[in-house]
Amino acid sequence: MRNNKINIVLISSLAIVSMVFYLFFNLGNSWEFALYYRGMKLAAILVVSCSVAYSTVSFQTLTTNRILTPSIMGFESVFMLLQTLLVFIYASESFKVVNNLENFLLSIVCMIGFAFLLYMLIYRKGVSNMYLLLLIGLVLGILLNTLSSFLQLLIDPNNFFIVQGKMFASFSNINQDLLGYALFILGITVLLSFRYIKRLDILALGREQAINLGLNYNKNIRLFLVVIAVLVSVSTALAGPVLFLGLLVSNLTYEILNTYKHEIIIPVCALVTAVVLVGGQFLTEYIFELSIPIGTIINFIGGIYFVYLLIRRKKL
Amino acid sequence: MIRTLQKVSYKILMNASTGAVGASLIKNKKLLRRGLLTALLLVSSVVSLFVGVADISVYDAFTGDAEKLFLISASRFPRTISLVLAGIGMSTSGLIMQQLTRNKFVSPTTAGSLDAAQLGLLLALILLPSAGTFMKGGFAFVFTFAASLVFLRIVDSIRIRNVIFVPLVGLMFGAILNSVATFFAVNLNIVQDVNAWMMADFSGVLSGKYEMIYFSLPAVAITYFYANKFTLIGMGEDFAKNLGLNYRFVMNLGLFCVSLTLSAIVLTAGAIPFLGLVVPNLVTMMYGDNIKKVLPEIALFGAAFLLICDIIGRLIIYPFEIPIGLMVGIIGGAIFLIMLLRRR
Repeated sequence: MRNNKINIVLISSLAIVSMVFYLFFNLGNSWEFALYYRGMKLAAILVVSCSVAYSTVSFQTLTTNRILTPSIMGFESVFMLLQTLLVFIYASESFKVVNNLENFLLSIVCMIGFAFLLYMLIYRKGVSNMYLLLLIGLVLGILLNTLSSFLQLLIDPNNFFIVQGKMFASFSNINQDLLGYALFILGITVLLSFRYIKRLDILALGREQAINLGLNYNKNIRLFLVVIAVLVSVSTALAGPVLFLGLLVSNLTYEILNTYKHEIIIPVCALVTAVVLVGGQFLTEYIFELSIPIGTIINFIGGIYFVYLLIRRKKL
Repeated sequence: MIRTLQKVSYKILMNASTGAVGASLIKNKKLLRRGLLTALLLVSSVVSLFVGVADISVYDAFTGDAEKLFLISASRFPRTISLVLAGIGMSTSGLIMQQLTRNKFVSPTTAGSLDAAQLGLLLALILLPSAGTFMKGGFAFVFTFAASLVFLRIVDSIRIRNVIFVPLVGLMFGAILNSVATFFAVNLNIVQDVNAWMMADFSGVLSGKYEMIYFSLPAVAITYFYANKFTLIGMGEDFAKNLGLNYRFVMNLGLFCVSLTLSAIVLTAGAIPFLGLVVPNLVTMMYGDNIKKVLPEIALFGAAFLLICDIIGRLIIYPFEIPIGLMVGIIGGAIFLIMLLRRR
């Protein structure tokens, strides 16, 4: 327990230090503009951190598995197909036809709609196997991806860069209005669901134990699946796909903390995510000089970490 | 379609051979089944030879119009033969992978093998831009083999004996290899080109550029001769060893065949999703798991399936083409989803 406290203090101070450092590093002459601009990016990073941490940790608890992430259910494929379709239909006019805000809301609606279709498909069948849900989501995701890649082949190479810009998470041009909406949705979701957070501690024990302890298993699973769908959609629509970020940060958090209480794990995981994202953003801006989007760096590192997890673990 | 064919053939046989001894009935039935599948494959091959933008009829092939004969020998024939070989190769390697991992849902798509082959190809293109086809194929082969080894190790360490969990991890594994490839592609600004190479498409198959695909033939031959041993592997390590099988050797041989076939196909045409998953499952569902017995059916059916998909893709938006990766991806993916949902 004592160790936990020290670690929490350490990670919190690390998060604060890295954020302050990011804000004030090499400010330059027009410091007002720089501060405002960096503040926006930082706010977006925080929103994404909270969404990713909350959704990934609760998802891993529902599936009682630490090597899964909600992104694999096909959300990001829906997002990419939508973006590809927009550019495919309207070409370079797509910015005029669908503005940023409309695009943001449309993406969220599509992703949440997809999630609900998926859940209904499974529950109508009376199947309550979580892994089946995931595999079906994943296969649907591959189908949509194939469709997107086909459309991307047909897009003019100049316009393809619009699509490519959406393919990887980036915090470099965050829109103020979108940030407000994202913050609003995130706030509502967290406020409504956080009082049920202790139920995750019970769900983590597995289906039989949870039912034995008097929990309405299916109802709670559905509740958190909805929360996950909303949060993943918000973070994807705001910053773009971050496939392996959740995997990386949740497992780092489990290494740091020695507890099963989700009310501690989730906030700490959000802090870890913030540290990773701020660090990644710093790398893209000052080391790679914006030549590589942060999403590819995170996927690269997160992916290698995942392989390491798979190989190192004796049991999965 | 096969099911109706089978029903029809069964009925014919039942009518024709009432009173015949059981053994010969089964043998006849098997022969008829194979005959029908072969006929299907032959018909679709012939159709594939004569479907396309340039108007070539069967009649032209015999009158000896030099230009049309050239088209057939330079494009149509290589395309048809590589479709057949790719169909056979993908479905047999799917079958072997399912035996080696003892999981019906494992296939080149759901074990990361296709992504590994792609990553290998991409790295060959980046590191050795002037490398020949052979060198690139070698890269793809090494990567596929290594990825298969890693995947087998992962499967071994999975303690949850959930059939669904294994392909799930395999797909994640594939996504990782893919994201590594994307990382390099983004750096070099070739994301769209890489997408274009990777989408399986046989329209670029021309004589002089497709011969690597013949490398899949020896692999398929080995698979046939070792079929019984792969059946044993499918019964579990202890059981197989108990029967005197050199488990490690047969396992590595299987991986070798799979990697050789896959890298040859990916190099020639690109990644064909779901084929290796759907065909072996459909066939073994009907005819059982004795590999030596069902291997011919799987090969014939896989080839015919791929050919028919390609012909449809050529006709739908004629005179343009839908790449076969998309056609098979959609049809195969739909079949896989139905299989998953109907599974009890």
